[in-house]
Amino acid sequence: MKILTCPMNGPRNIDEFQSFGPVRAEPDPDTTADADWSRHLFRAENRRGIVVEWWRHVPSNYFFLAERDLVTNEIIRTFDASERRAQS
Amino acid sequence: MNRLPGPWGSRIDRSRPIPFTFEGKHFEGYAGDSIASALAASGQWVLSRSFKYHRPRGILSMTGADANTLVQLPFEPNVAADRTPISEGLSVSAQNVNGTLERDRDAIIDRLGRFLPVGFYYRTFMGPRRDSWLKFWEPMIRRKAGLGVVDTTAPRRHFDKTHLHCDILVVGAGPAGLNAAIAAAEAGADVVLCDENPEIGGSLTYGRHDPALLADLSSRLRALPNLRLLTGTVCNGWYEDNWLPLIQGDRLFRTRARAVILATGSIEQPAIFRNNDLPGIMLGGAAQRLIRHYGVRPGQKAVVLATGDEGYCVALDLVEAGVSVVLVADPRSGGETGTFEAALRGSGVAIRKAATIEAAEGSVGNRHLSRVRVGGSWIECDLLAVSADQVPAWQLPCQAGAKVGYDAVSGSMTLSLPKAPIHLAGSVAGDSNLQDAITGGHRAAVAALLGLGHAVGEERISTRPTAGSPARVLPIVAHRKGRDFVDFDEDLQVKDLQNAVKEGYREIELVKRFSTVGMGPSQGRHSALATARIVAEATNRTVAEVGITTARPPVGPETLGVLAGHHEPLERRTALHARHLALNAVMKPVGAWWRPYVYGEASEAEEAIRDEIMAVREGVGLLDVSTLGKLELRGPDAGAFLDRLYTMAHANQPVGRVRYCLMLNEMGSVVDDGVACRMAEDRFYVTATTGAVARVYADMLFWNAQWRLRVDVLNLTGAFSGLNVTGPKARAVLEALESDIDFGREAFPYLSGREGVVAGVPVRVMRIGFTGELSYELHCPSSLAPALWDAVMTAGKTYGLKPYGLEASRTLRLEKGHILIGQDTDAITTPDELGFGWAVSKKKPFFVGKRSIEMRARLGQARKLVGLRFPADARDIPGESCLVLRGNAPVGQITSIGFSPTLGCTIALAYVHIDDSTEGSLVTVKCRNGNLVDVPVVAHAFFDPANARQEM
Repeated sequence: MKILTCPMNGPRNIDEFQSFGPVRAEPDPDTTADADWSRHLFRAENRRGIVVEWWRHVPSNYFFLAERDLVTNEIIRTFDASERRAQS
Repeated sequence: MNRLPGPWGSRIDRSRPIPFTFEGKHFEGYAGDSIASALAASGQWVLSRSFKYHRPRGILSMTGADANTLVQLPFEPNVAADRTPISEGLSVSAQNVNGTLERDRDAIIDRLGRFLPVGFYYRTFMGPRRDSWLKFWEPMIRRKAGLGVVDTTAPRRHFDKTHLHCDILVVGAGPAGLNAAIAAAEAGADVVLCDENPEIGGSLTYGRHDPALLADLSSRLRALPNLRLLTGTVCNGWYEDNWLPLIQGDRLFRTRARAVILATGSIEQPAIFRNNDLPGIMLGGAAQRLIRHYGVRPGQKAVVLATGDEGYCVALDLVEAGVSVVLVADPRSGGETGTFEAALRGSGVAIRKAATIEAAEGSVGNRHLSRVRVGGSWIECDLLAVSADQVPAWQLPCQAGAKVGYDAVSGSMTLSLPKAPIHLAGSVAGDSNLQDAITGGHRAAVAALLGLGHAVGEERISTRPTAGSPARVLPIVAHRKGRDFVDFDEDLQVKDLQNAVKEGYREIELVKRFSTVGMGPSQGRHSALATARIVAEATNRTVAEVGITTARPPVGPETLGVLAGHHEPLERRTALHARHLALNAVMKPVGAWWRPYVYGEASEAEEAIRDEIMAVREGVGLLDVSTLGKLELRGPDAGAFLDRLYTMAHANQPVGRVRYCLMLNEMGSVVDDGVACRMAEDRFYVTATTGAVARVYADMLFWNAQWRLRVDVLNLTGAFSGLNVTGPKARAVLEALESDIDFGREAFPYLSGREGVVAGVPVRVMRIGFTGELSYELHCPSSLAPALWDAVMTAGKTYGLKPYGLEASRTLRLEKGHILIGQDTDAITTPDELGFGWAVSKKKPFFVGKRSIEMRARLGQARKLVGLRFPADARDIPGESCLVLRGNAPVGQITSIGFSPTLGCTIALAYVHIDDSTEGSLVTVKCRNGNLVDVPVVAHAFFDPANARQEM
């Protein structure tokens, strides 16, 4: 079983976590065309490479972000959601 | 009859005879015997019939890795007879037998083999009709297939799971693994050493080695407190970050190791020639294990096939055990004469070089080997020990990322090193003799220690010896008449694989799937290399180019019990559980929760439910609603947060008011509902449905991880309990209790909330109700819930208060047309389909799902949830999920249905076509019995349509 390092709880077995999928673009619901909104809802990118994902540590209900290489399944780093805004 | 005197037989205790039966016949073995060794000692060599041709099969490897020895125990099928110890009175039977093991009626199939070519199944079972497979072929094959029988009445067994952590896990306690584990532990590492055998030593216990070597290792090992030894333990897989399941009997050790040393050894390979599967033909290691472990003479008159020192050692062992070795055939020509070969010549055994076994023949019915052909002439014998070739035990290394290669010079399979902190040692790493294995174990320990940052003194990683293993040849002598088995599990012969290639399957993975080679219980242990060689030859490629098929966990079979563990289902009880039991409630599970279904005897449930409903409608009832999800939101943005999450307006909700909340997902589908009570400017108490609260709580935090509003969410579901006091007399009951809350109609109107104390218990009270009657929902800390329940019950006596259960509650809400999320909604239900337009704010700039319901509204609404009222004398009553038809097309379904004692008829909620959703429309419902009934639509609550009663 893979080990995931939670920014709050440290390294834990990955079965303590729940994946909430990749961080997605946030189109403006008021100005986005219907087709683009549908695509936003139902189409996942799933490209080879590094993806930033939402993860939840289930026992503590803590949400954080992880950078993962979709080719090697290596988790490059994990960080608190507050760092996200600072980054972008 | 075949038992050797001591000291042969390290595992058996001759002072403890153990009686058991096989196929109804009585046998006796000794404590420590395996089923197969005890039977062999009594001359019973046939253990099973083969999968396809029903040929007699016996001992092959004595390692539990082949299908030949699978037998049936009373409560367990597919047990390896060569690994499973006998016990007093154990009743063992053969599998895959039609009739008796001795006289198998299906043995005739062996002669029909040419009508069963490779891929036979794929060609034949397609027809002649479309349903032929299900109706004819599948049941027939099930009867013929060699599967053990599961006894569903087997007694419950205790299975166990535990966690294990260590610095270094060493898998395999042979010479390499022992040396690795001891070296690592002597350097201070926390080491776990596991081995599937009941004792340590591996080949040192059955091979021709100096016993002092094992004795020395054994005493060093015992002196190390930081070395934990797990014998009888199978390491059944490698998973990411060095997570390995170790299975010891009925216990699973979920093991995390910082580094792993795999010393899993190698697997002896059978030789291929006509009738190479006869009982009496076994691997050299099997003969040695029978002799040294069990004191069983594997035959009287033996031929040995040897391609190296191991084979000559087997021959020497046989001579010492009193077996007459008539010939050693060695396919190699010339070369140096080794010590063992010289010793063998010295004892007068004939050795023929450049010779191999060309064919074998069996006694009547192929029940035992009778002679083998070498160099064109037949030699009588009852034992052929094959010590021809071996492959590294590749399963665990390959799961960890190692790649299989092939050294064409030595003709052997090789393994590259995995990337993870994993090291190989011993014959799995290509160490070809004892000394190399010992050094290899030490080298792996040093590498693992350095990787973990241990100081290892002056020592450096010694380099691997460059001399490759001596050249070997696995003889494959195909026969035009077949029965030259490559895979014993599946009865596959050389020509089957050649034909698979001819059919166009060049790639090894496709050959496997077409022919089923390697799919049986031995998982290619004895067939992968031969298959690769046959396919390589047939496709003019090298063995390295062909490769072998992917090895996935589990390494060996594992019982479902080990995976399931205790299997004690999780259950939750409310704080009032004991009160319900005292009132003789029928308890039923609702998700993880146990709730009262009805109070009273199950046999009189129908009447009791009706009484409970009438008590609520006419007097007063009490329901335990503690399973409701309860969340508290605190912070200056709490109102703004609820505004974004739910469809109604909450930011402007006055303190002391309660509002319905409806939650959508981003797709605009209804996912939950509840109520929100504003207790202060910055504090809301929110309920969620029992089944959804865990997800709602997670979603709230997920959204706020993105929105980053100033709000904290607390899940109080277990901490708070809830009591619903409902019915026309509810107010009178509460007013009879000591309280600082004014329960009066004006002071505490419908849809408001109050905090205070009732009967000494701090409570949060909300005027809401599922029943449509005057209702107060009292929430309090769970520890005080029994006291509050008792106080309400006592005060209610005068008013005929009756506790009511889940079934009455469901009917009461159905009479009001109130929906249950998940029951009356599905994955695409919109608020409009529920007629909940009133619950969706038109003014808010944003809430989750807003954009999507607007888009979906533009697509047009196809269906609506409405009430259906069946006539009192209706004969055909549909059930939940019965289809609503329009013409012949299904347009919806019944979501809830039940008999209403208040109305005296059956009522239902159903999705109907939007054009049929008006009051009085007739819709057609298909009942379970196939009859169609027309039912009128009721577009409002069945009972008290004006909703006057709840606001009294």
